[in-house]
Amino acid sequence: MNALPSFDLATWGAALAIAGMSAVTFLCRIAGVVVMSRVRLTPRMERGLRALPGSIIMATILPVIIDNGIPAILAMAATIIAMMATRIDLVALLVGLGTLSVLRAFGV
Amino acid sequence: MSAPLPSFSAAGFRHGARIALPAFPGFIMFALAFGAAAAQKGLSLGQAMGLSAFVYAGASQMVGLEIWQQAWSPATILTIVTVTAVVNARMILLGATLQPWLKHEPIPRTALNLFLLTEAGWLLGTRYHGNGGRDVGVLLGTAVVLYGVWLLATLAGYFAGALVPEPRRFGLDLVMPIFFSVMLVPLWKGARPALPWLVAGIVSLAVHALVPGYLFIIAGALAGVAAGMLIE
Repeated sequence: MNALPSFDLATWGAALAIAGMSAVTFLCRIAGVVVMSRVRLTPRMERGLRALPGSIIMATILPVIIDNGIPAILAMAATIIAMMATRIDLVALLVGLGTLSVLRAFGV
Repeated sequence: MSAPLPSFSAAGFRHGARIALPAFPGFIMFALAFGAAAAQKGLSLGQAMGLSAFVYAGASQMVGLEIWQQAWSPATILTIVTVTAVVNARMILLGATLQPWLKHEPIPRTALNLFLLTEAGWLLGTRYHGNGGRDVGVLLGTAVVLYGVWLLATLAGYFAGALVPEPRRFGLDLVMPIFFSVMLVPLWKGARPALPWLVAGIVSLAVHALVPGYLFIIAGALAGVAAGMLIE
């Protein structure tokens, strides 16, 4: 006999896991807005938040780039140079991917 | 000259949808990989699509697959929810920067905008905002299009992920970091404002070397914010 005949985890476990993951993720998404609408933004906090976009990019990609070695480092450099020169996102993206695949094809 | 007041327009929405294009390759590759991994792990189509549709956060979905169970207990559910919260905690910071832009918006629309919040969409929106734009339609337009791409690519990955040819050959395994490198350039306002980026990078590398998992992202981001607060 099932101890919880109307609500057993064998049937609902995965759905509950997905629901729980969705709920905490939505909380993370709204928390920043909710908190900031209740506190006064000081110039110091503003400076900190202004540093966030570049910081989060560096924190996300640097370990991945380093782990992938020289071709990835050169591809990142090529991407940045192409973006500085053209200011067109798609061109820079293609230059980066192209550099990486060419370097890998030559076994760098 | 003062910045234009925040607004919301259909023209902005369409503009947002258009500027999302460079983020497509990254979204497609990541969602294909997730869909394929979910199928391989034995998730049903509904479970895979449910994760993509409701959690909608790539890194946490991938980590979730690693600890996915065939038979769930309250303890394993609590574990996967906690791990998800840790991986997605960085979104608190993204939301914090959006608050001044969104404060005059109706709450249901802000809830939708935040439900669809991703790093790529946020970076594109931040760039638009940094250039003086205030139309919230741009943010939502980008977000809605990227969400659609994510769902379609998850579906494709679930059924045909194994058919995708060796992505490494075309550098596609690193398409996300390369897209983020692109987004770094318009953020550059000189060496001094970029000093926190350096701190973020160093801390992230150190944490990555010492601690397994995705903790390096939030650690580096927080270090960058702290550095930004300290540097006058």
